[in-house]
Amino acid sequence: MLVIGAEKLSQWVDWTDRSTCIIFADGAGAAVVGPSDGDTGPGIGPVVWGSDGTMADKIFIKDRNSFIIQEGQAVFRWATTALHPVAKKACERAGIDPTELAAFVPHQANLRIIEAIARRLGAPQARVADDIVHAGNTSSASIPLALSRMIERGEIGSGDAVLLLGFGAGISYAAQVIKVP
Amino acid sequence: MAMTQEEILSGLGEIIDEVAGVPADQVTPDKSFVDDLDIDSLSMVEIAVAAQDKFGVEIPDDQLKNLKTVQDVIDYVRGAGVSA
Repeated sequence: MLVIGAEKLSQWVDWTDRSTCIIFADGAGAAVVGPSDGDTGPGIGPVVWGSDGTMADKIFIKDRNSFIIQEGQAVFRWATTALHPVAKKACERAGIDPTELAAFVPHQANLRIIEAIARRLGAPQARVADDIVHAGNTSSASIPLALSRMIERGEIGSGDAVLLLGFGAGISYAAQVIKVP
Repeated sequence: MAMTQEEILSGLGEIIDEVAGVPADQVTPDKSFVDDLDIDSLSMVEIAVAAQDKFGVEIPDDQLKNLKTVQDVIDYVRGAGVSA
């Protein structure tokens, strides 16, 4: 099975809005997902997910002819408080302690959000993805792009436990631990 | 239970050290967040959230622009405590 995240956010960006135009970018990433042997090999852990409808008006695109609108400060406040418990729960459900993580790969929304969540994760040993510096915020492509770059650089190796954390408009979110093939 | 100036200042020092990496002993009441401590608006949000947890006082985003110095935050926390 091929799972693809592909985005062309530049199409919806208001180039006069510096709170969005310097962040959102185009990109695509994909992964092949297949069956795994047994409990000790590569795997995809249970997902912890949800959404917070009170934040629905904080990131949105009204229709295909409108711009992306985002209230950065409100999103920042929400992301830096609501998500680290979700991340920890994903570790718990995967049966691992955050101190066992080799890496943390959150959606590359904003470097300050990434750093703030990482600080609260209880995983000081984990390498934290910062691909936004190179690729920008590519929405659903950001995690596969970040993961891919870390693997290419040898920052993640076979057998490593990696925590993925996605979030976006809704605001919806999901986290899971994967064991790298 | 009203907190004292010193208690709040000390608590704030810990928070600012953790959020922004500014040593707690550099956090004095007269210091301005932006000009003296080099703390930007996003760090202010983190500080407000941490202050909420530590002091039990809610500091909404729209109040942050009024909190220019360390003393402003201390006054806010003490003021909120009294009116509750």
